[in-house]
Amino acid sequence: MATIGIPANQAPVSAPKLNYLNNGHTLKSWLLTTDHKRIAILYLISVTFFFFIGGFFAMLIRLELLTPQGDLMQADTYNKVFTMHGMIMVFFFLIPVVPAVLGNFLVPLMIGAKDLAFPRINLLSWYLYIVGGVLMSHVMLTGGVDTGWTFYTPFSTDYTNTKIVEAGLAVFIAGFSSIFTGLNFIVTIHRMRAPGLTWDRLPLFIWANYATSLIMILGTPVVAITIVLVAVERLFHLGIFDPRLGGDPLLFQHLFWFYSHPAVYIMILPSMGVVSELIACSARKRIFGYKFVALSSVAIAVFGFLVWAHHMFVAGISLYAAMIFSFLSFSVGVPSAVKVFNWTATLYKGSISYATPMLYAFGFIGLFTMGGLTGLMLATIGIDVHVTDTYFVVAHFHYVMVGGVLMGYLGGLHFWWPKMTGRMYPEAWAKLSALLVFVGFNLTFFPQFILGYLGMPRRYWQYPPEFQTLNVMSTAGASILAAGYLLPMIYFVWSLRYGKIVTEPNPWAAAGLEWKTSSPPPTFNFDETPVVTWEAYNYDEIPAWERRHPGAK
Amino acid sequence: MRFQPGNGGIPVQNSEAVTVEHEAHNPALLHHFADAQQQKNAASLGMWLFLVTEIMFFGGMFCAYLVYRLNHFNAFAAGSQQLSILLGATNTAVLIISSVTVVLAVKAAEAGKRKVLVGYLVVTVLLGMTFLVIKGFEYREKFEKHLVPGPTFQFTDTFDDNGKQIPVNPKETELFFSLYFAMTGMHALHMIIGCGLFSVLAILAWKGHYTPGYYTPVENAGLYWHLVDIIWIYLFPLLYLISRHS
Amino acid sequence: MAGQVDALYIYLLLVSGFMTALIFLSVLVLAIKYRRSAGHHAKPIEGSTLLEITWSIIPLMVMMTFFVWGAVIYFQERTPPADATEVYVVAKQWMWKIEHMEGQREINELHVPVGQNIKLIMTSQDVIHSFYVPAFRLKQDVLPGRYTTLWFKATKPGRYHLFCAEYCGTQHSGMGGDIVVMEPQEYAQWMAGGPTAPLQDTGKQLFSTLGCATCHRFDVQGRGPNLLGVYSKPVLLEDGRTVIADENYVRESILNPTAKIVNGFKPVMPTFQGIVSEEQLNALVAYVKSLAQPPPGTAGLQSQPVASPAQPQNMQVQ
Repeated sequence: MATIGIPANQAPVSAPKLNYLNNGHTLKSWLLTTDHKRIAILYLISVTFFFFIGGFFAMLIRLELLTPQGDLMQADTYNKVFTMHGMIMVFFFLIPVVPAVLGNFLVPLMIGAKDLAFPRINLLSWYLYIVGGVLMSHVMLTGGVDTGWTFYTPFSTDYTNTKIVEAGLAVFIAGFSSIFTGLNFIVTIHRMRAPGLTWDRLPLFIWANYATSLIMILGTPVVAITIVLVAVERLFHLGIFDPRLGGDPLLFQHLFWFYSHPAVYIMILPSMGVVSELIACSARKRIFGYKFVALSSVAIAVFGFLVWAHHMFVAGISLYAAMIFSFLSFSVGVPSAVKVFNWTATLYKGSISYATPMLYAFGFIGLFTMGGLTGLMLATIGIDVHVTDTYFVVAHFHYVMVGGVLMGYLGGLHFWWPKMTGRMYPEAWAKLSALLVFVGFNLTFFPQFILGYLGMPRRYWQYPPEFQTLNVMSTAGASILAAGYLLPMIYFVWSLRYGKIVTEPNPWAAAGLEWKTSSPPPTFNFDETPVVTWEAYNYDEIPAWERRHPGAK
Repeated sequence: MRFQPGNGGIPVQNSEAVTVEHEAHNPALLHHFADAQQQKNAASLGMWLFLVTEIMFFGGMFCAYLVYRLNHFNAFAAGSQQLSILLGATNTAVLIISSVTVVLAVKAAEAGKRKVLVGYLVVTVLLGMTFLVIKGFEYREKFEKHLVPGPTFQFTDTFDDNGKQIPVNPKETELFFSLYFAMTGMHALHMIIGCGLFSVLAILAWKGHYTPGYYTPVENAGLYWHLVDIIWIYLFPLLYLISRHS
Repeated sequence: MAGQVDALYIYLLLVSGFMTALIFLSVLVLAIKYRRSAGHHAKPIEGSTLLEITWSIIPLMVMMTFFVWGAVIYFQERTPPADATEVYVVAKQWMWKIEHMEGQREINELHVPVGQNIKLIMTSQDVIHSFYVPAFRLKQDVLPGRYTTLWFKATKPGRYHLFCAEYCGTQHSGMGGDIVVMEPQEYAQWMAGGPTAPLQDTGKQLFSTLGCATCHRFDVQGRGPNLLGVYSKPVLLEDGRTVIADENYVRESILNPTAKIVNGFKPVMPTFQGIVSEEQLNALVAYVKSLAQPPPGTAGLQSQPVASPAQPQNMQVQ
C-alpha cells in the first residue's frame, strides 16, 4: 500500500513550481512540444474550436427548421450546412475528442509512464489533425460540400459539383491523425506500464482507450481507401461505383459503413471509460464487476465490426443479409447494457458526492440508456423500415453522441481540470451548466423521436406544416443547450486566471496514478517511476478528502 | 540534429526537487523509455500495428475486386488477358529478390558490417526502382492500347476461354482496368515511399548510425518492405493470371 | 401491415420505457440513499458473476423477441404476393414518375384502389432515392442500374404523404407527393380517364420497332431464345448456371446481353444500353411478362437449344 510522491497533508505552496505548463513559455516550446500533456492541451483548443463551428452550423439548421418553408436560406445552402455540421462534428470533434484530449493527457499518467511510446508521432497526429482541419475550413469557406456527411455514391461521384475531393482529402488526413493516436496508445499500454501494473489493475479508462485504439487502427484505413476510390472516380472517371460501368453504389455503402459503424464506438467507448472513473471516484468505491466492464469494452470493439449493414436495411441488400445483421446488432447491445447495470450497481452502498463530474456521469447513464434502447428499436428491422432516414435516427444518434459522448467528455474535463491546469472551476456555475445541458438536450432531441415516427425524413430543408410544433420545441431546446455549452467555455477560461488554485496532487482523493503527481504534473510526469502493488480503485485505502482535511470547508 | 522528445528544446528538468541524472547510454535511447529493450519492443509493436492498418487499407480494394470479379468474371478475364505475364512475373521475381536483400541487410546490421549493410540497402532501392520502371512500361502500354479508363477507353476484344471467344461487355472490362490502376497505382505509391525510406536508411547507415546495439529502423523498414512485397504477391495472380491456362 | 409495425413499436416502447424507468429510478434512489454523509463509508464490493450472467442473458432473451417479431414483419414486407398488381416507378432528381400497367402515367402521385395488393417495381434514373410512405410504415431505396420492389395493400381510402427519404440533392425535400387510395369504382373511373395504351402494348410495339422480333421469334426457332412463357421460369445458361427469368434478368438481357447467354445460343445480341430509356425498359419488361401466356395465333413453340453451336437446324437465315 505505497503512496509515493508528495505527502497527503502538504501545506499549500504559494511559490510557482515548475510544471509542464510553465516549463517553457515560447510559442516554439508549445508548437514543437513532444510532451503528451501539452499536445493534449493543443488538441483541447483545436477540438473546441471545431466544436463551436459545428455548433454554429447546428444553430443554422435549427433556425431554418423553425418554419415549414425554406425561408432562411436556399435549399442548396441548407444541404451544405447540414453536411458541414455532420462532417465537422464527426471527424473533427467526436472521433478525436476524448482520446486526443483526455486520453493523450491521462494515458501515460495513469500507467505510470513518462510519455506515450512515440511522442513525435503524437505531435505529428496533432499536425495532421490541424492540416485536415485547415483543408476542411477552406472547403467550408469556398462553398462547402452538399452530399451529407455520408457522401453516398453516385451523388458524390457523378452528380454534385462541390469540392468532394478536397473535403475527402481533409477527412483522409484527419483519419491518419486518428490512426497514429490509436497506434500510440496500443503500444504505450502494452509496453510502458509501470512495474506491477498488470492488465487487471488498469483503470477502466485505459481499457476503454485500448479498445477504442483497436477500432481506430482496424477501421479507419477502410474509410481512407473508400475516400481514395471516390476521389479517383471523380477525378479520373475510374468507374468503381458507377452503375453505368457495371459498378455498384451499394459497394460504396458497405465500405463506408464498415468503418463508420465502428467509428461510433470510437466515439462512445472512451466516454464510457471516463464515466467509470467518475462514478468510482464519486461513489468512493471500485466499479462493480470491474472485469466485466473492462471486457465489455473489448467486446463492443469486436462486435462493432460485425454489424455495419444495419445502416442499409432498406438500401437494397438481400432479405437474409438484413436478418443476419439485425441479429448481430442486438449482440452489441448486451455489453453496453452490462456497463450501465454495473455502473448503477456501483452506487449501491457507495458514498456518493454530487459534484459536477458526477452529475454529468448521471446524465450519461440516463441519456445513453435512452439512446441505446432506441438503437435496439432501429436494429429491429420491422421498425427500422419505417424510421430509418427519418428524424428518429437523428434523435437516436444525438442521444448517444451528445447525451453520451459529450456528457462523458464534459464530466471528464471538469474532473481532471484541476490536474490539467492547477485551477478549480466554479462549482455553482458548473452545476447550472450541467442542468442546462441536460434540460436543453432533452427538449431538443426528444421531440425528434416523435417527428421521426410521424414520418418526417431527415435532411429536409422544408417540411409539411403538421411537423412544425415539434420542430419549434426542438429549436427552443437547442437554444438552452447552446447556453449550457457556452457557460463552461466561459468559466473554464475564467478559471485559468481567477479560479481557485489547486495545490495538492489529489483534490478529489481519487484513485489512480495520475493523482499521485502534482497538479499540474511536471513535464516528465513522475519524480520517480511508481511501482504498483495495489488493485485499481483502492478507495478503501484512500482516506476521503474530508478526513484528510479536518475542519476545512 | 536530432529531434528528441522533450520540451521543444528547453533543458529537461523535471521539478525543482529532482534533477534528471542518468548513466551514459546509447544516444539513440529516448528519455521516456526505461531501457533500450523497451524502446525496441515498442518500435517493433508500433510497426506491426502500422502494417495491420496497411492491410486494412488495401483490403477495401481487394474487397471491391472480389465482388466485381464474381459478378463479371468473363469481362475480368478478358481484361486480365491484356496484361503481360512476362512483365508481371519479372516484377514478382524482382520484388522477391529485393526482400531477400532486405533480410540480408538486417543481418548485416545485426553483425555490425556497415559497408555490407549499405550495399544491400542500395541494392534494395535499385531493385525497387527496377520494379517501378517495368511498371512504367506496362502503364505506357496501357495508354497506347486505349486501356486507361475514362473517355479514351476502348475495348473490343473477347475472353479467350481455351479457344472459345466469349464477347464481353467493354464497360465491365473498364471496371477491371479501373481496379487494376487503382490497386497497382496504390502499390506503386507504397513502393516509391519504400525506396525513399531505404535511401534515407542507406545514407544514415553510411554515416554509422546503426550498430549491433541499435538497428531497429532497419528492421522495421524491412517489415514495411516485406508487406509491400506480399501485397504484390497477391496482386500478381489476381490481376494477371485470371484464366490464363494455355 | 402498418398496424403490425405499430404494435411492435408499442411493445418496444413499453420495454424501453420500463428499462429507462428502472435505471432512472435505481440511480435516483441509490444516489439519494447513499449520498455522502459524515461517518458513512463506501463498502467495497467486487461484483457478482451470477448477477452479470443474469443481466446479460435476460436482456439478450428480450432482444431476441424484438429480433424475431421484427424479422417476421420484415419477411412479410419483402415477400410480395403473387397476385399483386404491378406499377412501375422511375425516380429522378427531383420527381417520381409512375407508370401503371394499363398505361396511365403520373408524376408525384400514385392512385391505387383500396384493398388490392400493389407491387411497385422501381428504379432510378440518376442517384439513389427512397420511396417512403409513412402511413404505410414502408420505405425502400430506389437505385440506379437495377430494380427494387415494394409491395403494400392499402386498407383505407385517403391521401397519404409520399416522401423521398434518401438525400438526393437540391430538391430532396421537395420530391414529395401523395398516395391516393380510392374506392374501386372511383379508381376504375380514374383509370378510364387516361388515353394512354397499356404498358405491355407499348412494349410490344417497341419489341417490333427495335428489331427484337427479328431474332426472338415465336413461330420458328430464331437466332435468339423464344420468349414465350420464359418469364419467371428457370433458364439454363451457357456456363451451366440456372437463373430465374425475373424483371432484373430481362432488364439485364436488354442492357448487357453477354452477361448471361442462354445455353445453346450464340452471343450475338447487341446491347440496347443508351438506346432505350427507363420507361421503355419498363414497357419491354412488362411485355415479356405478358408472354407468359402465349399470344393467340402462335404455334406455342418453346425455345429449343440447338444441336450444334455452329448451325442451328431449321433456322431461317436473316
